[in-house]
Amino acid sequence: MGKVVYKVGDDVSTDIIYPGRFMATVLPTETPQHTFADDSDFNGKLNAKEIPAGSFLVGNENFGCGSSREQAASCLKGWELIIVAKRFARIFLQNGINLGLQMIVCPNIEADKGDELEIAGDVLKNITTGKEFKITPHPPARQAIIDAGGLIAFTRTRLLAEKKS
Amino acid sequence: MGMTYVQKVLAKACGKESVAVGDVVEPEVDLAMSHENGTMAMNQFLKIHEGTGIKPDIWDPNRIAIIFDHRIPAESAKTATNQKNLRAFVGDQGITKFHDVRGDEGGICHQILPENGYVRPGGVVVGTDSHTTSHGALGAFAFGIGATEMAAVWTLGHVLNVEVPATIKVNVTGKFPEGVGPKDLILHLIGKISSEGANFKVLEFHGEVIKSMSTSGRLVICNMAVEAGATAGIVPPDEETLSYLKDEAGVTDKIVIFSPDADAEYIQTVEIDVSSLVPQIACPHTIDNVCGIDKVAGTKIDQIVVGSCTNGRLDDIETAALILKGKKVNHGTRMLVFPATWRIYRRAMKLGYIGDLSEAGAVVCNPGCGACLGVHQGAIGDGEVALATTNRNFKGRMGNPKGFIYLCSPAVAAASAITGVITDPRGGK
Ligand code: SF4
Repeated sequence: MGKVVYKVGDDVSTDIIYPGRFMATVLPTETPQHTFADDSDFNGKLNAKEIPAGSFLVGNENFGCGSSREQAASCLKGWELIIVAKRFARIFLQNGINLGLQMIVCPNIEADKGDELEIAGDVLKNITTGKEFKITPHPPARQAIIDAGGLIAFTRTRLLAEKKS
Repeated sequence: MGMTYVQKVLAKACGKESVAVGDVVEPEVDLAMSHENGTMAMNQFLKIHEGTGIKPDIWDPNRIAIIFDHRIPAESAKTATNQKNLRAFVGDQGITKFHDVRGDEGGICHQILPENGYVRPGGVVVGTDSHTTSHGALGAFAFGIGATEMAAVWTLGHVLNVEVPATIKVNVTGKFPEGVGPKDLILHLIGKISSEGANFKVLEFHGEVIKSMSTSGRLVICNMAVEAGATAGIVPPDEETLSYLKDEAGVTDKIVIFSPDADAEYIQTVEIDVSSLVPQIACPHTIDNVCGIDKVAGTKIDQIVVGSCTNGRLDDIETAALILKGKKVNHGTRMLVFPATWRIYRRAMKLGYIGDLSEAGAVVCNPGCGACLGVHQGAIGDGEVALATTNRNFKGRMGNPKGFIYLCSPAVAAASAITGVITDPRGGK
């Protein structure tokens, strides 16, 4: 269970999640400090460690559109946020999955800042409003990467298998 | 059931007779491109090998391209160090398609690839850049991936998790009116189907307008396919593709081209007749916020930008130079021009375009991403308005979340530079 700590609208681009001027910062240990850097309030709370891991960020349609910059996923992963959106843009979704960021596709989600959410199997419960929303499962190709613990581990296994054969 | 173009490419890349939409495949990669963010791919690549006892050697040094373009010359010690580390990796691994910060062979990745013949029709191209869709202009299935996925490609030589995408057919008919072109077409399309209208899908372009379009124009529309969310944009290759590869890219080997099947299944068909299209403008802060120029004509502009991987080719520079020759950039406006590559820059110089633009008051910057990204040059001030031939008008894109970006064609940008306000290039029209 976790609280919705941030709620955003449609078409939130990777330029908003991780502004281009920080793109020279690449290490996953260093990217989190620039998460939503242009929103000094939310960014400030993150950096003050006021947002607990497992908190929810709720987006709407086309969340993560734009650039392929992986920092936009790695910064969110650094804070261990859970990202819920009606729809994700393709590259961002894949980047998140590859890095082990928890990404929930929930086409009918209704949740406001402050609401308590809980993932229960294939539904997302809004404890505050008492409503439940169906989660769209990730297709098998993406689920396999999640199950492996991310694309690094997944690829390492494949590499070892290919070298043996 | 016949196959779409992308199905055919993927079947070939997987050594199969056919693939169906939704199949999960692992296509072999023909070209894997990164720019400065190759540093991240490099780190992840080394991480994959950690503890395996396997020496971290990339799968094929001839099929990896590294192009420095996003922040050149380096704007900070951090960038310079990233570039230094990646440069060393390129040397160690023997990567052959490397374009450093150089005035002879440097430039923006999405123009470097086609003009050097690195992209072939029917190939699979991945890049750690969302505008890798550009290369669909030459009939490749080309799409953007993240750094970790690229690290997996460097390791294994194929992409691990490609779901064969459904395809939207875009049929473009009619004839462009004077002053209207490929940029207006793609902005119009994105406005029509929305910025996620093609998410997870491929846009396959057809019709007489596409047939008679130059490769430069096709690069514009495929470049911006991703702005409709598309995995890829594709123009099935034809005579034009072959002559571009031969004449421009100097490709001498024999190239086999193919077309989608006549009975291929499309998830949607979009019909566009360009005969009555007017210059299109994407207004702040989303790319699908598109209107005809009439609606926003007269808007005051602080900075005009002509260039980028979308519209920094010779025909774009030429359009701007012909409009500005003998005229002046309005003193209330500044104009930046950045040709996509140094090859284009030198040609524009020989043709006198660079001189014309400079005499008019434009600042011609070095080829690179520059103002498009706004991270090391060409940022806009608080509340300022930019009009650009680039491909994104997201909040914060040009280095400032308090700025406003309109997107347009090179003709609109140049005409507006003279007046200082958004101006229809079609004169009295
Ligand atoms: S010019 Fe702009 S859109 Fe093109 S590759 Fe560079 S930053 Fe990306």
